[in-house]
Order: sequence, then C-alpha cells, then structure tokens
Amino acid sequence: MPTPDTLPHGGDAPVPRTVVRGAHLIDAHGDHGLHDLWLRDGRIEGLDLDGAAELEVDASGLLVTPAFIDPHVHLRVPGQEEKEDLASGLGAAVAGGYATVISMANTDPVVDDPAIVRALREGAARLGLARLRPAAALSVGLRGERLADYAALRAAGAVMITDDGIPVADSHLQRRACEYARELGLVIQTHSEDPTLRSDGVMHEGRVSQALGLPGNPAEAESIMVFRDCEIARMTGARVHIAHVSSERGLRVVEWFKEQGTNVTCEVTPHHLTLTDAAWERFDPVFKVAPPLREASDVEALRDGARRAVVDCIGTDHAPHTRAEKDRDALAAPFGLPNIEVAFPLLYTELVLSGELELATLLGLLQGGPARVMGWPEPTLEPGASADVVLLDLERERPVEPATFTSKARFSPWEGRLLRGWPQATLVAGRMAFRRASGAPG
Amino acid sequence: MIPGSTPLAETAAKTSRRRHLLDFEGWSRDDVLALLDTTDVMAQVMQRTIKKVPALQGFTIGTLFFEDSTRTRLSFERAARAQSADVISFAAGGSSLSKGESLKDTLRTIDALQADLYVVRHQAAGAPHQIARWTDALVVNAGDGRRAHPTQALLDAYTFRARFEGFDGFAGKRLAIVGDVMHSRVARSNVALWTLLGAEVVLCGPRTLLPAELGQARGVTLTHRVDEALEGAHAVMALRLQHERMTRGLLPSLAEYRQRYQVTRKRMRAAHAGALVMHPGPINRDIELEGALADAPYSVIEAQVANGVPVRMAILYTLLVGSR
Amino acid sequence: MHMTHKAQLMDAQELGRALTRIAHEIIERAKGVDGLALVGIHTRGVPIAERLADLIEHFEGARPLSGKLDITLYRDDLTEIALQPVVRKTEVPFDVRRMTIVLCDDVLYTGRTARAALDALVDMGRPAVIQLAVLIDRGHRELPIRADYVGKNVPTSRAEVVKVKLSETDGEDAVLLLEQAAG
Repeated sequence: MPTPDTLPHGGDAPVPRTVVRGAHLIDAHGDHGLHDLWLRDGRIEGLDLDGAAELEVDASGLLVTPAFIDPHVHLRVPGQEEKEDLASGLGAAVAGGYATVISMANTDPVVDDPAIVRALREGAARLGLARLRPAAALSVGLRGERLADYAALRAAGAVMITDDGIPVADSHLQRRACEYARELGLVIQTHSEDPTLRSDGVMHEGRVSQALGLPGNPAEAESIMVFRDCEIARMTGARVHIAHVSSERGLRVVEWFKEQGTNVTCEVTPHHLTLTDAAWERFDPVFKVAPPLREASDVEALRDGARRAVVDCIGTDHAPHTRAEKDRDALAAPFGLPNIEVAFPLLYTELVLSGELELATLLGLLQGGPARVMGWPEPTLEPGASADVVLLDLERERPVEPATFTSKARFSPWEGRLLRGWPQATLVAGRMAFRRASGAPG
Repeated sequence: MIPGSTPLAETAAKTSRRRHLLDFEGWSRDDVLALLDTTDVMAQVMQRTIKKVPALQGFTIGTLFFEDSTRTRLSFERAARAQSADVISFAAGGSSLSKGESLKDTLRTIDALQADLYVVRHQAAGAPHQIARWTDALVVNAGDGRRAHPTQALLDAYTFRARFEGFDGFAGKRLAIVGDVMHSRVARSNVALWTLLGAEVVLCGPRTLLPAELGQARGVTLTHRVDEALEGAHAVMALRLQHERMTRGLLPSLAEYRQRYQVTRKRMRAAHAGALVMHPGPINRDIELEGALADAPYSVIEAQVANGVPVRMAILYTLLVGSR
Repeated sequence: MHMTHKAQLMDAQELGRALTRIAHEIIERAKGVDGLALVGIHTRGVPIAERLADLIEHFEGARPLSGKLDITLYRDDLTEIALQPVVRKTEVPFDVRRMTIVLCDDVLYTGRTARAALDALVDMGRPAVIQLAVLIDRGHRELPIRADYVGKNVPTSRAEVVKVKLSETDGEDAVLLLEQAAG
C-alpha cells in the first residue's frame, strides 16, 4: 500500500514535459512579467528554457500563478453521492483554479475510520483532478462524545481534525481533542457556533429576520464559541483553525487572541465576503448557510480583516446539495451552497476590481494563506516547486451559469452575475487537470 | 363585458393584473379600502337566506394546508363555495412531503389539478412566496410561519371599521397588540396593515417576546408595560400565548405572565372611550385575556370569527375576477 | 375605445314624458301601490326607479317601495373578463316575498343584465311577479327576455352604443346614439 506522500497523482503514466508560453507570472515573490514557464515531472522546471515540450499551452493574455488551496470543502463522499462525488467535486475544484482541497468529515458514514481516509485519497489520486487531503472527524460519528483515532487517521493521510457541520458543544471534549491533536501535529478546525444560542435559527438574527419572521441565529452564537475555541487553543497550545468566520464580533475575538500571541488562524468564505442577510428577501433557501449571511457591517469587517491579514485564508465551504433539497421551504432546506467554481472570479470582481483588495492579497489568501494554516510549503513558481498552476483570464467577462457547473449542485446565489477572472486552465502536479472549453460563452 | 351594456362598462374599476396576497407588499391604502368595501357586499350575501352567489362559478380554488388549521381552512372553503367556486383540499400532513419530497415537487403534482388560486398555510415563512414563483395560479397566504397572516389582519381591520362607534377612518387610531409578538404572524400582518391604513400600532410584551427590531417601522412603538400600551388605544388585541414558550425559557411562569400582561377590564379603563377588545383566537381564557372580558359588550372576538368568511370572499373575488 | 356622436334619441322633455307614461302603465297593471316595489339596477337603473317612484307617489298619493340592486356577483362572464367590476351594495330594505317587483334599467340590449338581475332577486326570496321597465330597448337580444314597460324602441346596429344621461349621474337628461369610431 502506498504511503500518504507517495500516491502518484493522476496515475502512473509519465507526466508530459510542458511549456506554458507567454504567461504573465505572479507568485508570492512578486510580479515576474512575461515568460515561458516550463514544467517537468510534476515540478516547476524553470523559466524560458530551451528544448522540446510534449505539451504547449498558450497563455498569452493570461495571468499564471500557483493554483489555489481550499482548506474547506464538502465532497459528500462517502454516502451522499447524489449531492456530489469525487469526480464532480474535485472537477469543480480544478475548474475553480484549485489544485488542493481539504474535504470535511461530515459524510455518511463519517470520516472517522482510516479506511475511509485511504479510500478517499486513492480515489482522488486515480482521478488526477484536484489533490485531495481529507480531514477526519474530531469525535466518533460526529456525535461529540468520544475522540476518533487521530493517530491512525493521520497515518492514513488525514491532515485535519474537525466535526465541521456540527459545533462541538462539549468544551471538555474540545479541550481533549486539542491536547491530543497537538502531539500528532494535526490541525484542529472548528465550526464555532454555540448550538444552544443559535438554536433553530435559519438565518442571521437581526432586522431582516424579524421582518421576515424567520428564526434567527445571532452573531453572538459565533463570537462566544470563537472565544471558547481560541481560549482552548491558548490553553492547550494546539494548532487551531477557526472555520468560516462570518461576523465582525467573531473576527474581533480572533484578532484579540492573535494579538496575545495565541497560535490560532481563521478563514472567511466567498459568500460571507459578498452577500448579506438582505438576500433572504425572496425566501430562496439557496442563501441558507451556516453560519448565516450577516449584515453589511459584518461584510465590511471581514473585508477589512482580509486587507489587514487578520484573516489568514479563504475557505470556500463549498457545500453542494441537490436542487430538490434546496427547493424545500426555508425551515426544511439544508444549509450550504456550492461556490468553488466561482470563488476566484467572484472575489476578483467584487473585491479586487472594486479597488477594495490588492490582487496580491487575494492570491495570498488562496495560496500561501491556506498553506501556512496547514504547515505546508508556500506555493510558488520557483524551480522545484510542485507544478500546480492556474491560468486566469482577468479580462473576459462571463456570467455565472450554474447549468455549466462541474459540481452536481447546479445552482448559485450569483447566477447571472457578470464576473472577470475565470480560470482557463489548471495544472495539478504538471498534468492538465482542467481546461475551459474554447467555445465557452463569453 | 356584457356586450354593449353601458352601465357595466362604466363600472370597470381597474385593469387586469395578476396579483397575489402574500402580505401587504405592493398593496396601497386604496386597494385595501376597496377590499373592505367589497367585504361589506359579501357580508350582506352572508346575511341572506340563500348564502350563495354564482360569481366564481368556473374557478377552482385549492387549499394547501401544510400546517393544520381547520378553522382557517373551513373559513376559506366556505368563502369559495359561497361564490360557487370549486374547491380542492390538500392536507399535507400525511402526504409525501413528510417523506422529504421538495415543496416544488409537491406543488408540481398539485398543479396538475389546475387550480386558479391556492390558499397556502405553511409552517415556514416565505413558503407562499416560493409557491407563487413556481405556479401560474394566484396565491393567498393563509399564514406562513411567524411572518404573515394577511387575511386575519384584514378581518381585524374590517371588524374594527364595522364595529368602532363613530368610525371616521383609520388615521389617528391606535391599535395595541399585547403578548407574544415575536412568534406572531398576526401581529406582523396587523402592524403592516394598520400602519398602511394610517393608524399607529403599539406592541407590548416581555423583552423575550418582543424583538426590538419591530419597533423600527414607521408608526410603530414598543413598550414592555401593558398600562402604557393600552393608554388611549382604540383597539386592544391580545395574542394567544403558546404554552411551550415556558419550556424554552422565554417566560418564567403563566402566573407571572398573567400578572404582568393579561388584558383585563381594569386595565382597559386606560384605553380610549369605546375601545374594542380583539383576539385572533383560539383564546386561552384567563391567561392573555381576563375571561370575563371576552364576553364584554366591547369585545368583538365573535365578530372577528364571523367576518372571516366575507373578508375571504372579498379577497377571492378581488384576486380572481379579471385575472384571466 | 373612441366614440363619435351620431344622433340624439331623446331630449330632457321626451325622457320625462317617457317615464311619466311608464309610471302610469305600472299603476294600471299593479292596480295601486300596495305590494309594489321598484328596484333599480346599478348604475342608471337606480335613479330611474327613484323617479318612477316619485311619479307614482305624485299620481297615487302613496309611494311604492324602492331599492337598489347590484348584479355584479351574478354576471355570467366573470371568468372571462379582463377588467374587474366594482361590487356595490344591494339595498332592498324590504321582504321581496309575495311582492310585485319592477326591475328598472336604462337600456335593454342582450338581456344578460336582466337575466343576472332576475337571479339576484330570486336569491333574496320569491316575489309574486317580476316585471322589467327600461327607458330604451335597442334590440339584439341574446336571451328570451322582453321588457314589460319601454320608454322607446330604437333599432340599432351592434357597432352603435346607446348612452343614457341622467341628471343624478351625468348632470343632464338626454339619450344619445354613439358609434364606435373606426380604427
């Protein structure tokens, strides 16, 4: 059995030596201008080399940069393949410019068994789309009672421990999980919402929820739990990552702990950066997410946090469901929306083109940010780095068309929105994993 | 039109418009007043020996009650049949919806029955809006979650107009709503309707049941003191207190609620002369309302129930005629 | 729909004479005002019924009962029309059973209004006799209905419109023949 680090991505066939011509190269070290980027054996070979390429990719007019890392996706495997499967979810990831994703453990059965972790990694490696690094459950069956076997799960390839989807109500269990994970070097990710305070809320509690008569979930349900989780991180010294911070108060708590030197990181999602609770006006459960879409002041605070590096990275929380599930009423419909295919164009258009965020900052939140959270090497275009590269078209405007999604969840809160910055191709470990059809509308 | 008959040609009031009654969004004061005038005519029909007119012959009305409410459903069905409409009843309790079928798929099945108008009751706020997006039929909201119950608000306003001694318009009138405002679609719809009609609304209840955000609307004030709420009120509406509120920590005890918020004869003395006592029903006697008060001459609770049918007749008539 | 004026069918004097004649005929048929009621159909039937009641009172020294009937809820075209008619109150403040009821309207045309009025009236009780009085009968009946009292018979084409003006509703008394302008 291959060990976690030696599974060949995309099978055993030789990786073609590839040249990406006329590329405008940008990475964490800066803007390198126009070059030919050479890839060999799954690694970056160098710039402007000579010799024969087995594959030529024309990148004229495109920005070429390390492909993205998503610390937070739901692939629904095993057990909920009607929502998403490995091919559709990892296909959606590369279509969104991601080379590596971390999948959540709230599946059926739950990812609390090393065999499931192994099956996920092997299945993903065979596909050769985005690279999959599974997270495993914090508690057996996500029941919040007993710790899962972290050492065995790590040995099978799990890189993160989380009960995401279900907040850990028991503070004692959270403490023990952090203590145990620390010595194994695993990242603990938390879905920080106080389950008793969020109660039966389906949207943010505020003026809009009171007017619409929908049960609310106050921002304090988040900030209280963020505080607890940061406090336990400080207490235990564990590497704790706060998932999908959605509120100004929640983010302030994280910032306060960072100022104290606590080793805590956090992510924000594309939807919390771009949508507010006002979206509920038409009672469309597409906008039902956990934590909920907040108010304009929260969106502003999250954007400000992204600018000031209080936010460490973007995590999409891509959470596919079937259309039929989202066509239920506001109380019965499930939480979550698909977004990994539109994440970069959305954030580029709404934040960078609007002048609110530097392109380099956004790229950092998608590349070096998540890598640092996970303790992985920073993705760059330097020779020897993994040949995970995305080609972005920053010019051409194209509407969000859910019908063309690779994800099985073919609906979107941004349907019809005109965006720029669409990934044209994504290479993972030197192989072409995604290439936008040339006849694509736009 | 009846060909060439001049008098009728001149009575045509407004052009055809596909219109739902989901809430009062998009309804003007004049629209509502016209509806109340039509209700007068319908009330007249219901006082005759033959309580039936052929007006809606050929129209089919479907009642879709995803949340059970026999009283409201019967009221709508009576209103439909009194105008000779056909009625299809759909009770969702035992249907496949409980097995996880989506609202949209359920509707698709029902839509095959080709109703012209659906009366929708649902436990989730916004479900009637969703249904209105998915069907060509018209939709009347018969109560969605905590959100809206527009026909109840209309019958409350109609009852007040018909019964308040010397009624001279809604402007300057004051409606006090006391009780569990947070969970009440009746309260939300009455706030929307009475403020639309130019009246003031005072909402009253303990902080746990009275969201501050509701006080941000124009013409609405909040208070936690019942005496203050009733001061000068022309109509006082007590809301039904659900017993489960106690278990969820929203109230300490019934005894304490009674003592602090019960609408009583004594407290009614602070109200405007001739003030009416209203209740959307069903009443918890001696909890939100002093038992004897429900039978007082200025209590119009029975009239509210009786007015349910003519108000709903007027709504069905107004929405359906001219919609094709 | 644009209308052009074609002819005046009655002036105020002629209109008054026609109503006077109808009032006499009603008295003659009913043999007095006992058990007699005049019910006007909204809109212009209402002042016509009141004027006939005034005239009968003038001739007989006793006034017959009178009322107003709105037939909107009895129209046979409510599922098809694009315009919503305003529903008005019916005011028949007496028991119609065993009465002689004279329905009053301005123009008798297809007969559909009269048909609706008959149904509306019968739903209030069972009158002994129902008669129909109209100021103008312009023909083109679509139902087996005829008037008992007619102010004037006017042969018309379907493109024409008979417009009755009454001082109570229109500021003057006159009957005009209009025609729909082409195009």
